Amino acid sequence: MQRQLKIEIWVGAFVLMSIAALLMIALQVSNFSSWKEKPSYQVSALFDNVGGLKVRAPVKMSGVVVGRVTSIGVDPQSFKARVTMKIDRTYNELSIDSSASILTAGLLGDQYIGIEIGGDEEYLAEGSEFELTQSALVLEDLIGQMLVKFSDSGE
Amino acid sequence: MSDQTLIEIKDLTFLRGERKIFDGISLKIPKGKVTAIMGPSGTGKTTLLKLIAGQLKPDSGEIWVEGENVHKLARKKLYGLRRKMGMLFQSGALLTDLNVFDNVAFPLREHTKLPEEIINSLVDMKLQAVGLRGAKNLMPSQLSGGMSRRVALARGIALDPEMIFYDEPFVGQDPITMGVLVELISKLNHSLGLTSVVVSHDVNEVLSIADYVCVISEGKIIAEGSKEEILQGESEYVNQFVKGLPDGPVPFHYPVKPYLSESDGAVN
Amino acid sequence: MGLLIKTMQKRSIKLNGLIGLLQKTGHNSLQILASVGRGAMFIMSLLPALPYSFWRFDLLVKQIYVAGVLSLPIILTAGLFVGMVMSLQGYNVLVDYNSEEAVGSMTALSLLRELGPVISALLFAGRAGSALTAEIGLMRSTEQISALEMMAIDPLKHIYAPRFSAGLITLPLLTLLFIALGIIGGYMVAVGWLGVDEGAFWSQMNSHVDWREDVVNGIIKSVAFAILISMIALFQGFNAIPTSEGVSNATTKTVVHSSLGVLGLDFVLTAVMF
Ligand SMILES: Nc1ncnc2c1ncn2[C@@H]1O[C@H](COP(=O)(O)OP(=O)(O)OP(=O)(O)O)[C@@H](O)[C@H]1O
Ligand SMILES: [Mg+2]
Repeated sequence: MQRQLKIEIWVGAFVLMSIAALLMIALQVSNFSSWKEKPSYQVSALFDNVGGLKVRAPVKMSGVVVGRVTSIGVDPQSFKARVTMKIDRTYNELSIDSSASILTAGLLGDQYIGIEIGGDEEYLAEGSEFELTQSALVLEDLIGQMLVKFSDSGE
Repeated sequence: MSDQTLIEIKDLTFLRGERKIFDGISLKIPKGKVTAIMGPSGTGKTTLLKLIAGQLKPDSGEIWVEGENVHKLARKKLYGLRRKMGMLFQSGALLTDLNVFDNVAFPLREHTKLPEEIINSLVDMKLQAVGLRGAKNLMPSQLSGGMSRRVALARGIALDPEMIFYDEPFVGQDPITMGVLVELISKLNHSLGLTSVVVSHDVNEVLSIADYVCVISEGKIIAEGSKEEILQGESEYVNQFVKGLPDGPVPFHYPVKPYLSESDGAVN
Repeated sequence: MGLLIKTMQKRSIKLNGLIGLLQKTGHNSLQILASVGRGAMFIMSLLPALPYSFWRFDLLVKQIYVAGVLSLPIILTAGLFVGMVMSLQGYNVLVDYNSEEAVGSMTALSLLRELGPVISALLFAGRAGSALTAEIGLMRSTEQISALEMMAIDPLKHIYAPRFSAGLITLPLLTLLFIALGIIGGYMVAVGWLGVDEGAFWSQMNSHVDWREDVVNGIIKSVAFAILISMIALFQGFNAIPTSEGVSNATTKTVVHSSLGVLGLDFVLTAVMF
């Protein structure tokens, strides 16, 4: 019976250690805390080109994450890319004429959506759409434009 | 005590690979008596006990215990039946991670809700009966072969079964212990009304306690009957076996082709 | 099926050349099929006994001790070192791109998605799986299992079920510990030794490791591996020829089959999940 007690204590310790490991992974390592559904609302935006934007990419305002991209698809009418995103309820006073651009973190970093605040009195709400959008910079297009400019000035 | 039949074997056939271990044997084991099963080594005495307990399935034939066909029972009922059986394995088969005391206490703890003090005294009693109360804190690896078999015997009778099968209980015991065990088996049988089946080569010891004797050889029952009938029987087989003569009809060799024909086969 | 195999065995006459090869292949595949069949039967009969292992908590706890607590030293050490090596190698590559802060997220991601579940499973197969097979094989060869049956104690409930459930619980826990230790090892090397910025180390990790995608999927993987290894180990013990040679063969088979099984299953799961 003494043996059984020892075994039980060890197993208890083992389970506690594992729970501690799980907590560490959940809180310190992963985005578990932001995974919990915070109250949020959905807005969308149409872009000519989303570049390398991915679902779950952050939506930032002045560098602060305020939401996440929830889906990316093609709009059946305009054939543009429709990006829907969730924005925290705490940021519910974004004017309706704010603009959304697809930006890149650093030269080779991940792409995210940056929101630039407008001046309108009316606010974005569930289901609204950004009027002003700026697509991702696509390196090939950029080089193409540059080449055109060079050849223009050369003439 | 009545001459009721407790275990009935009907036309049993059992094969190991190509080899027929039993070839249509029938046998009745009377209730409340000591039945001895004898036969040369390797004839299938252990196999017969395992068939009766439902651990092996016959290729044909039936075994009835207490009016139930053992091999047709649902798992639960089979386990119910086994609770009434005790088995002393040829090898002892003690649980190696428990000490002697816990081994004997094991069936009591698993099957009853007795408080620990009662289990203590029950186990002490059983160990006392086999003369090993002093060894109760040893682990199975610290026991000799004869001692482990005695512990296994104590474990086999722990739950006071209605029938008990002894597979070679006397092997590896000194003459004194053997005498004690013989007495124990017959005492259990008479005082508790147990049905005992004893498999043994020790002809004299077995015959001293057996009421009913059955001799098996080459898959067949070659003699059965009460002790007196067997001893006075005419059969050469029985005579040879009981008297332990080296020459006679009882085969000593595992079935094999004669030397010449086997070497023939090797050439081809 | 059984009849077919019997006749195959009866006719195990040695044929030469191509026909011999064909015959051998046929013979072996039939045997593999038969053992898969026996395995499936064994698992099917084990399933209904599983809930019992939670009813008999003492047996379960004992098996968790044997499989889990006794595997702790090897799992913790291995986790720590794997994390340290990952971090060191990652740093050496990333520093060329000036993005050495990413070393944290790289270590964490590879540990969570692949290295944690897979290496823990391989170690578990070697440490606990082989012991399980040997134990059951020996219990059978010394007739302990038969003795239990005779004492009207169902070995499925009493021996096999608690061991299976314990494996199922233990390996995921060991995997979590392996990963946590790996990340700590990575942190020690990156931040403590190579001077990566502590804040950047954690925040990069935090923004790249997704709870659902990475952590939960990793745990699912390790549960799948646990089922696989426990099944193989128990079946090999159950199926072992009860001799010392038979038991040692079965033990080897447990380690080989579970290791290959884990790697194969890992590929399939990765393809499905990520
Ligand atoms: N697992 C097995 N596989 C194949 N054959 C077996 C197996 N177990 C036993 N046998 C064969 O069955 C026969 C009967 O074995 P069994 O153990 O019943 O003999 P026994 O009468 O108890 O002998 P002993 O008196 O030596 O204990 C033996 O000849 C043996 O070759
Ligand atoms: Mg025998």
